[in-house]
Amino acid sequence: MSDLAISVTNLTKVYGERAAVSSANFEVPLGTICGFVGPNGAGKTTTIRMLLGLIEPTSGTGTVLGHSINEPEKFLPYVGAMIEGPAFYPALSGAENLRVLASLGGFPQQRVMELLDLVGLGDRAKSKFKTYSLGMKQRLGIAAALLPNPRLLILDEPTNGLDPSGIHEVRELMKRLASQGTSVFVSSHLLSEIEMIAEYLVMLRSGKVIFSGKTESLLEAQQPIIIAKPEYSVDMPKLIAIATESGHSSSIVDDELHVLSPADWSATFNRLAFEAGITLANLATVRPSLEETFFELTTESGAN
Amino acid sequence: MLRVIYAEARKLRRPTLALSTTAIVAGLSVLFTSLVYLRINSGHNTRRGEFISAAQLSQATGIGYGFKLVSAFLGLVALCIFASQTAQEYTYGTLRNLLVRQPARMKILAGKCGAMIVFAIFMVTVTAIITVAASYLLAPSAKVSTSAWATSAGLSYLGHTFFNVLLSTVGFGLFGMILGLLFRSPISAISVGVLWNLILENILSAALSGSAKWLPGQNISNIGEGGTIDLSYSRSLVMSAAYLVLGFAIVSTLFKKRDVAN
Repeated sequence: MSDLAISVTNLTKVYGERAAVSSANFEVPLGTICGFVGPNGAGKTTTIRMLLGLIEPTSGTGTVLGHSINEPEKFLPYVGAMIEGPAFYPALSGAENLRVLASLGGFPQQRVMELLDLVGLGDRAKSKFKTYSLGMKQRLGIAAALLPNPRLLILDEPTNGLDPSGIHEVRELMKRLASQGTSVFVSSHLLSEIEMIAEYLVMLRSGKVIFSGKTESLLEAQQPIIIAKPEYSVDMPKLIAIATESGHSSSIVDDELHVLSPADWSATFNRLAFEAGITLANLATVRPSLEETFFELTTESGAN
Repeated sequence: MLRVIYAEARKLRRPTLALSTTAIVAGLSVLFTSLVYLRINSGHNTRRGEFISAAQLSQATGIGYGFKLVSAFLGLVALCIFASQTAQEYTYGTLRNLLVRQPARMKILAGKCGAMIVFAIFMVTVTAIITVAASYLLAPSAKVSTSAWATSAGLSYLGHTFFNVLLSTVGFGLFGMILGLLFRSPISAISVGVLWNLILENILSAALSGSAKWLPGQNISNIGEGGTIDLSYSRSLVMSAAYLVLGFAIVSTLFKKRDVAN
């Protein structure tokens, strides 16, 4: 059996003359949480739809849980998915909506109430879907995705409309599922959330995969910044001179000096400042966050 | 496919749909049967100014007359329900949920069809019961004898009428389902279906002599009537089947191939 939850090779979807997804290649290992990020219109939802057999790729191949994406009936019984927000019948209750899907998938009906309790909708199970708030609809979508007790969970923007505690719950749920062996493939605009939970990352820009791999390796590959603040602001020009003479570019941001340099130069910088008679009130090395890296990679200027 | 039928049945049995449909068919049944019996002395007690006398109603076939009269309206109700239940999967975006849980698209289509046919059987049965009961209740006041109704000839006629009305109702329903799959919007599908059957076909039939035998709505409706002098039952069966098979061949190909992108 394949040790990959998802694998795609040269996956392409063309609408007219526009390529929504262009020769995408990436792999998602089993049992991991993989973040799927990219700006609006990058092709995330199109890719997810191709993985689920909802739309036919123009070219390329892919597998989900070891089965070709051309044979969705072989893997979908083990896949839970919420695509592009929750879509349910407004006139049916939350429970009845899940029962429709449970009947369709052949899943036990008692799972419906268990899942509604799990996502915090137990007391609103009999309320009609049209009376739910956006957050409640989102929770119902997550419950529906969990119906098959999935080996792979595909979630498209699962935290949309959720309050901070709801976001936290979803994050913890994804972590718990991953710890139990479920693979989670999650697209989100909340990059801080993705950074916290995703071991793997697939980044799309204009239909092309611009990064796929471990989140850690992406962030480590980014140039760190040494942030230094002199005790007296009059020493700032001297600090800039030290950085420049050592061959590192720097800039002043909010009374602090940001120096682009290897992380291990911070000790040297501290010593040179001390020898120049400068006391540093603050010295720290930071790596760009996923959000900063995302903007760097996904904006046209950053990518070019 | 049974799973799809069960899933569809959960949607169809929701009180707002099941009860309102039952109320509509019950209301129509009572209304049309009452008009036949209460206006029996007025000279025109049935549709298009036609007249059916107490003597005619007293025959064995009288038991199913009110029922047959409602059949055309049952067809319209079925058309609206089949069309909306099919097209709403697109407007609500729920089709993607269905296809994730059951990727065999033809099974989805067949299961939907099966569940709605069961719903149509329920609708026709309710109508039959109410029209026959109303006929028995109203017959004495209209001086219509019911002694021939419960004979084997009367029950056989009622059985045949039930079968024909059911075929006609399902035919209109499938016509609605085709429109639902084609237009992917309940409002558009129902508007086109009702406009075509109630207005355009009638104008065409009136304007072009002999055109009725070629029109799908006229043929499906004629099955419910059990055939007429102008249009035979067997011709209507063949024509209706041909239209529906052709329509389903087109929309099922579209349904199978079309990307689910919303």
